[in-house]
Amino acid sequence: MKKTHTPTDHSNPVISIRGLKKAFEDYAVLRGIDLDLYQGENLVVLGRSGTGKSVLIKIISGLLKPDAGEITVLGHNMEQITEKELQELRVRIGFSFQNSALYDSMTVRKNLEFPLVRNRKGITRAEINTAVETVLDAVGLSQTINQMPAELSGGQRKRIGIARTLILNPEIMLYDEPTAGLDPITCIEINDLINEVQQRYNTSSIIITHDLTCAKQTGDRIAMLLDGQFQRTGTFDEVFDTDDTRVKPFFDYNFIH
Amino acid sequence: MDTAESTTAVKKNSKFKQSLVNFFTDLYKINQFILRFFREAFVPPFEFKEIVRQCFEVGVRSFTLISVTGFIVGVIFTKQSRPSLSEFGAQSWLPSLVSIAIMRALAPLVTALIASGKVGSSIGAELGSMRVTEQIDAMEVSGTKPFKFLVCTRVLATTLTIPILSTYTGLIAILGGFLNVSQNEGTSWSTFIQQVFEPLTFVDFVASLIKSIVFGFTIGIVGCYQGYNSTKGTEGVGKAANGAVVTAMFLVFIEEVIIVQITSWFR
Repeated sequence: MKKTHTPTDHSNPVISIRGLKKAFEDYAVLRGIDLDLYQGENLVVLGRSGTGKSVLIKIISGLLKPDAGEITVLGHNMEQITEKELQELRVRIGFSFQNSALYDSMTVRKNLEFPLVRNRKGITRAEINTAVETVLDAVGLSQTINQMPAELSGGQRKRIGIARTLILNPEIMLYDEPTAGLDPITCIEINDLINEVQQRYNTSSIIITHDLTCAKQTGDRIAMLLDGQFQRTGTFDEVFDTDDTRVKPFFDYNFIH
Repeated sequence: MDTAESTTAVKKNSKFKQSLVNFFTDLYKINQFILRFFREAFVPPFEFKEIVRQCFEVGVRSFTLISVTGFIVGVIFTKQSRPSLSEFGAQSWLPSLVSIAIMRALAPLVTALIASGKVGSSIGAELGSMRVTEQIDAMEVSGTKPFKFLVCTRVLATTLTIPILSTYTGLIAILGGFLNVSQNEGTSWSTFIQQVFEPLTFVDFVASLIKSIVFGFTIGIVGCYQGYNSTKGTEGVGKAANGAVVTAMFLVFIEEVIIVQITSWFR
């Protein structure tokens, strides 16, 4: 699916971050991040490995605690949020992990049912089956319903991982390296799926990647993470229209080599 | 003392201090882990289905090994005890000796050691693997409480199942003892059973049960702690499995000594 630029409501950020800092022992990974994600927007966070991209979305989802800074997600201040509110908020955020993180001991069906059964009390068997079939259809993998994760290819695992998050109808999607380790054709299929999800489910997304093709195909806006801060933010062309020696090699390497 | 020697001494000293700090940090973390278990395990919603599934897993995983080991322990213990009793012409005490040894000490201990190896390592490796492949994080971000679902259920399962397995081990070991006694002394089943239960008191049964519950809890909590907190990729999974077995076995022996001491005050 070709990316159609989605109109975004800039008065209504679904995620707002100010002065976010995070260090691991003596190494400061994030050094004062400011970021807004707007309703209906696909924001790509680009950066080299180890620059704290994944740390950023883990902090947003509450998996890691920041050292400093203010984070507001869907109107909730993450510093003041109670455990119960965090549980409820997490259902509204989909997280697609780099290695899919499918539950090894469960079939695809059980993987998809798991979040649904645990978060929608009183849901009927028929409703579960319909939801599972719908998300599997959305990611184009209906035939894998009874397979185990070990029987799936890397691309299929990514799709099922995305399907598992979609089953709860999230308002925000966080993608951690969605195309890492995949062949170029599968990468394009995953990029198309990300765009499809955005339009079909009306999600706002943060896509963490170092793959410029992915960034170009999926991003409404790009934020380049360098030295623990966003050094350049804008459209793809705006970000790479620069002589900055820290940014240019990134572009050259992706498209020339 | 020259400079090189003094540097080595300082290094050794700081290494020792670091190990001491690490030891107390670990102790604090384990304590927090256990407290978290008690905070979450007995608060609704309860994971009955998963607890039953885990109980079945624990039981099935160890059943064959426990049956064989229990039987062999019974036969060997009876066989090895006979010559000593024969020296004093006390061979008729063999069933009583077997029952006291098995019910008071061997059955809970043998069951716990086997379960440490089979169940503890399996829990450590399973949770460790789930941790390093981000499956636990995936549960957390999907609004599920992984601690309650993964840890509480497994610890409750080992705590409930190991006493049952321990009782089973005791019965199988007594059966092994009976076969040996019956073959050598021609004792009938009814006489044997009468002699087996004669010396056992209520305290013996209660102490054996409490011991098995404590052992079961230890095996579950150690396996879960090691797996749930595992780091450093696949290497961490191996370490978690190994740590689960070694630590659980060590603690089982320590607990055995303490419980034996306490129960001896009630006799």
